[in-house]
Amino acid sequence: MPEPHGQPAARPVAPPPADRARATATASATPLIVAGICLAIPFAAMLWVDSYARVSPAFIGIPFFYWYQMLWVLLSTLLTVVAYVLVRRRERLRKGGEQQ
Amino acid sequence: MKEGVNGVALSVFLFFFLAVTVMGFWASRWRRAENAQNLDEWGLGGRSFGTWITWFLLGGDLYTAYTFVAVPAAVYAGGAAGFFAVPYTILCYPLVFTFLPRLWSVSHKHGYVTSSDFVRGRFGSRGLSLALAVTGILATMPYIALQLVGIQAVLDVLGVGGGDSANWFMKDLPLLIAFGVLAAYTYSSGLRAPALIAFVKDALIYIVIAVAIIYIPLKLGGFGEIFHKAGEAFAVTNKDTGKPRGALVTGPDAQWAYATLALGSAMALFLYPHSVTAVLSSKNRNVIRRNTTILPLYSLMLGLLAMLGFMAVAAGVKVKNGQLAIPQLFEDMFPDWFTGVAFAAIGIGALVPAAIMSIAAANLFTRNIYKDFLKPDATPEHEAKVSKLASLLVKVGALVFVLTLDKTVAINFQLLGGIWVLQTVPALVGGLFTRWFHRWGLLAGWAAGMIYGTWRAYATPSATQDHFGNTNVIPLIGEKGYIGLTAFAVNVLVAVVATLVLRAVKAPDGVDLTRPSDYTADAGEPGVVTELPPATAGVPGGH
Repeated sequence: MPEPHGQPAARPVAPPPADRARATATASATPLIVAGICLAIPFAAMLWVDSYARVSPAFIGIPFFYWYQMLWVLLSTLLTVVAYVLVRRRERLRKGGEQQ
Repeated sequence: MKEGVNGVALSVFLFFFLAVTVMGFWASRWRRAENAQNLDEWGLGGRSFGTWITWFLLGGDLYTAYTFVAVPAAVYAGGAAGFFAVPYTILCYPLVFTFLPRLWSVSHKHGYVTSSDFVRGRFGSRGLSLALAVTGILATMPYIALQLVGIQAVLDVLGVGGGDSANWFMKDLPLLIAFGVLAAYTYSSGLRAPALIAFVKDALIYIVIAVAIIYIPLKLGGFGEIFHKAGEAFAVTNKDTGKPRGALVTGPDAQWAYATLALGSAMALFLYPHSVTAVLSSKNRNVIRRNTTILPLYSLMLGLLAMLGFMAVAAGVKVKNGQLAIPQLFEDMFPDWFTGVAFAAIGIGALVPAAIMSIAAANLFTRNIYKDFLKPDATPEHEAKVSKLASLLVKVGALVFVLTLDKTVAINFQLLGGIWVLQTVPALVGGLFTRWFHRWGLLAGWAAGMIYGTWRAYATPSATQDHFGNTNVIPLIGEKGYIGLTAFAVNVLVAVVATLVLRAVKAPDGVDLTRPSDYTADAGEPGVVTELPPATAGVPGGH
C-alpha cells in the first residue's frame, strides 16, 4: 500500500449549530429501522409471486405480470432513495456529534 | 436469414469497434497517477471513480452482452419463466445497499484488493481465503467465455462467422482479432480501459433499446398484438415433451422456482469478483449507496429487453440456436445501418465485462494464490506485473474454452458458477457483520454447499439436456426451487453446527485484524487511504 498523501485528514464538515443541538436527540435507531423496512418491502412484494401471476389488467397491451414487475423497479428505487436519505442524515448527525 | 455478409451493418460495426479500441489504449493516460505500477492503479483504477463513472462501470460490468442475448432468448424459449431476471435485479440493490459499503470501508482501511483479502484478514485463514478465491476464478472463467459466445452470435448473423463451409481458422479469425485487441488494451490500461469504454457501450445500448421498444412494436401492430401472438405460440404443445412451449404467466407450480431463482441470483450477483472489483474502485462509500438508487435504470432496460423475446416470437423469428433470436430479430426489423449500431452495442457489451472479469480473476490469483502461497515477499510492482500476465492467461483460457468445447459447456459452467458464488455468502457477507462463525466451520459449510449444489445440478435435467438444470425439489418443502439457494441453506446449516462444535472443543480461532470501526470508515477519515492522484484528478492525460 502506498502511504497516504501528505494532506491532513479532512474532517467531515461540522453541521451548523442548530443541527448539532438536535444531533443527540435524532441519532436514535428509529431512522435505521425505517430504512431497513424500506429495503425489506421489495422482497415481500417480489417473492410473493402469486400476487402478480396473472394476465389482466393489461397496460397498453402488456400483461399485468410484466408491467407490474417493471413498476416495482421504480417503487423499489424510491424506497432505496428514502433509505439512503435516512442513513446519510443519521451518519452526518452522528459525526457532527462526535466532534463536540 | 439473409445470405452473405451484410456490408453496411458490418461497416458500422467495425467503425464502433475501432473507436473503442483507440479509447481502450488511450485510457492508460486517463486520470493517471504518479506511480501506476501497483494493483491499486492497474486493478482498481486508483480507487478514484466517482458516482457516474462507477454507474457506467457497474452497468457495463453486470449487464453483459450475454445478458442481452440470454434474457430475451430465455423469454423467447419459454415466456414468463425467463422474466425472473427483473425481480432478480430489483432485489440485488437493497442487498448491495446493506453490505457493500461495509466491504468498501474495511477494504480501504486495510488495502484489500479482493474479497478474499478481506476474508483472510477477518478470519486469519489463508485456507478459507484460498477456497473463496478459487471459487471466484472458477465462476468467472466460463462467464468470460460466454461473452465470447455473445460476440460470436453477432458475427454469425453479420455473416462473417464464415458459416459451416469455411475452415476453422477463417471462421474464428474475427473472434481472435477482437480478443487479441481486448487483451492488449486490458494489459496496458487495466481497469481504466473498460471504465472508459463503458460510456460508449451503455450509450449505444440505451439508444438501441429505446429504438427497439418503440420501432418494433409499431411494425408488429402494438404490444397487444405481440402478446396475443406470443400467447398462441406458447400454447402450442411440444411434440417431444408433451407440454406447451411456455406460458405468459408463471403457473402455480413454477412460483417457488421463480422466486428462489430471483432471490438466489440477487444474492450472488455482487459477490462475483468482477462486481467487487468495480465496487472497490469507487472513491467513497456513498458512491456505492448512491449507485443503488441509479443502477435500477438498467433493470428497467433489462425488463424492456426481455420484451424483445416476445417480439421475436410474434415476428416469427425461427432460429435453431435460441441465442441467435435477438440478433436475428434486429437484422430482420432494422435498416442495415441501425443493425450495425445494435450489433456494435452487443459486441462492445461483451468487451467491457470480459475486461473487468479478467482483471478481477487476475487480482484474485495474484493476491490470494501467488502472494499468499508462492511468493509472500512480492512487491507492489511485482504484483501488478503478475496480475497483468494472469489477465492474459485467463482470457486465453476462456478463448480455448469457447473454441474447443461445445457452447453448452460454457453455459453449464456459468450456471454452476452462479451456484458456487452463492456459497461464498456466509463467509463474505456473514464476515462483514459478525465474527461469530468459526473459520473452519465456514470452510466446512462452503465445501458442503459446493458439493451439494454441483451434485444436484448435475443430476437435474434441463430443458435441452439430461444434466445441469437449475431448479429441483427442495428437501422438506417439496416445491421446485433454485438449487443454488438450497445449497446455500445447507451451507449455512453446516457452518452453524460446525461453529458450535468447534467453539465447544475450543478449536484455535484465527486472528481478526479488523476493528468494528473499520466497517463504517469513509474516505477523508484518518487512516483511510485516499489514492486520488492529487494534481491530475479528473484531467485526462494530465501528464
